Amino acid sequence: MTFLESFLNALMLSAGYNTAVVAIGSALLGAGSGAVGAFVLLRKRSLVSDAMSHATLPGVVLGFLTGVWLFGDGRSLPLLLAGAALTAGIGMICVDWIKANTRLTEDTAIGTVLSTFFALGMVLLTVLQSLAISGQAGLSGFLLGSTSGMLSSEAMTIAAAAGIVALIVLALFKEFALLCFDEDFAGSTGLGVRRLDIALLTLLLAVVVIGLKTVGLVLVIALTIIPPVAARFWTERVSRFVPISAAIGATGSYVGACLSASAPDLPTGALIVLILFALFAVSMLVSPVRGLMSSLLRHRRFQKIVHLRQGLLAVAHDEPILEPITRKLLIKQRYLTGDLRPTEAGWSAARRIDRDQALWNLWREEYPDEAHALADWSLKPIDEVLSPDMVADLETRLAPHDAANAAGGAA
Amino acid sequence: MSAEIFLQFDFPSILLGSLAALCCGLLGNFLVLRRQSLMGDAISHVVLPGIVLGFLITGTLDSLPMMLGAGFAALVSVGLIELVRRLGKVEPGAAMGVVFTSMFAAGVLLLEQTGASGVHIDVEHALYGNLESAIWLEAAAWGDLLRPEILATLPVSVLRLVVVNMAVIAFILAFYKELKLVSFDPLFADTLGISSKLVGTLLIVMVAVAAVAAFDAVGSILVIAMFICPAATARLLTDRLSTQLVLSGVVAFSSGIIGYVFAAFGPVWLGHDMSVSAAGMIAVVAGLIQVVAMVFAPRYGVIARRRMQRA
Repeated sequence: MTFLESFLNALMLSAGYNTAVVAIGSALLGAGSGAVGAFVLLRKRSLVSDAMSHATLPGVVLGFLTGVWLFGDGRSLPLLLAGAALTAGIGMICVDWIKANTRLTEDTAIGTVLSTFFALGMVLLTVLQSLAISGQAGLSGFLLGSTSGMLSSEAMTIAAAAGIVALIVLALFKEFALLCFDEDFAGSTGLGVRRLDIALLTLLLAVVVIGLKTVGLVLVIALTIIPPVAARFWTERVSRFVPISAAIGATGSYVGACLSASAPDLPTGALIVLILFALFAVSMLVSPVRGLMSSLLRHRRFQKIVHLRQGLLAVAHDEPILEPITRKLLIKQRYLTGDLRPTEAGWSAARRIDRDQALWNLWREEYPDEAHALADWSLKPIDEVLSPDMVADLETRLAPHDAANAAGGAA
Repeated sequence: MSAEIFLQFDFPSILLGSLAALCCGLLGNFLVLRRQSLMGDAISHVVLPGIVLGFLITGTLDSLPMMLGAGFAALVSVGLIELVRRLGKVEPGAAMGVVFTSMFAAGVLLLEQTGASGVHIDVEHALYGNLESAIWLEAAAWGDLLRPEILATLPVSVLRLVVVNMAVIAFILAFYKELKLVSFDPLFADTLGISSKLVGTLLIVMVAVAAVAAFDAVGSILVIAMFICPAATARLLTDRLSTQLVLSGVVAFSSGIIGYVFAAFGPVWLGHDMSVSAAGMIAVVAGLIQVVAMVFAPRYGVIARRRMQRA
């Protein structure tokens, strides 16, 4: 079977029961973390997840030791994840405590927690190694994540937990949206800002811990950061932003997990992150809303309008046109001949624009407040922007004005 | 324990740890003041794809190509972070998160796909470092510490860190005024004609140099800890930048010594014949020193603040 065939098989969920469960679990995990991450990004606390994920290491080791002590085997996923959640939670509380009680800023608090907790985990790992207990090799899987050899019961646990996170986000959607955009109002509703913040961070903690086994603790923060940053390119509205982020997270995790199942030596966590990054890069380039290419096009269109308008006004007032871009545009529109003399069409367009500009200038004089409120005024023909009545009114008033400002009014 | 064994096996490791801690700790002051603490985090993660690339291109495990690759990756990541931040209009933290996780993931994939993981490079080594492996077999007695020809046989990584430390100190001395201004009041610095962007870029380049030189010996995590904990500790103890720099240097260097001693000899004192991760222990010690400062610092500690609020 070729690589492509096995990849397609995995995508269609027909590469075996285990692979299918892992892929679905990953997709749910991606959706949950994308949604939670979107709100966390809006609260400007994305890197708190970095502190949490690194703070899971001592907990994982402690969970392993507890397992050995209780059942003689440390490889119980629920125990490992419970340990991870415990120390990650302590890490989260430490970040908040440092921020609230010392003069240190949040980034310093995050860095302190992530490095010292992880270092503590390293120390505990070396203690564990010296104890020569079997089964510790599985622990290194938590560093970079791995789905190969994952039991279907483990994959089910992950899928169920991720599904629950997604449901909670759905239930608290309105409250979280308020928290991000209208903190005061969110404070006046039943739950209160503090409790909502804690709820959001707890959900973040949950996705970080659930994602450990699949993506690994170094990379799991990518699940909560890349989807929302990519989603920002597609919309300005929170009601769409969060679902788009969830969809990007789900797609990236699903495709990444399937790819990793299609050939050996394809680490799951790294692939999921790279697919997410590809989705981010595509969003940044081609999104019609805020993507690079559309901004570039918009900029070019704007530039063209400004240059044409200024060039025609210069023609109307018999002023020289110095800008090479303006010249090129006017020649291309056949308003100027090759040796820079206005054509018939050029004259009439110039007269039209000059008249338009005079009307705009008059309007700006008469209604300065409205003119101030209107962005980009005078870049469009006036009758496309203002009501016909207003334009007619300005026309009649322009006649006496014309006598006074015979030179006309290019601003 | 004999002087010979100490000098041959413990001394070079202690030097490595302390010197790595020192150069990162000093630069960390400016990162902490400029709210860029996590730049050290991002840079030390992207070192991985850099060394893998260096290895793949040259095919050798020499330090030089790998360090060049790491330095190159660090600069690429800084540029990408700036790009994502501007274009995506997101907070710097999120931009960092996008870039360093993606580059780290690329490093992991390269490592697995090319089989480079079979030959000595591995992710755990990059994270944890290999502090304990430094040895100095030529040393035999305390007097050797004063003999230049024997000192020259110290491991290359130690000598490299000595050079980097000198470069870092020279950089801070040469740009002290500029660094101070851009850390405390970047807008004012701009009006004085000091380009805060240029000084900021130079700072990041130095951070990358220190991170790359240090990570090989002590691993990414200790590098991150040293960029932050000593500087944060010093910041809680003083308002003067010069005092803060000296204090952070002292804290960083002594964490290196204390941490190593605890890791190598602590378990033995407790009656266990083993040692624990020295890089990990150094970072834990630096974190504990910071906790002490957060609680007991004379003016900015939690206790002093509570007392002041009550008064």
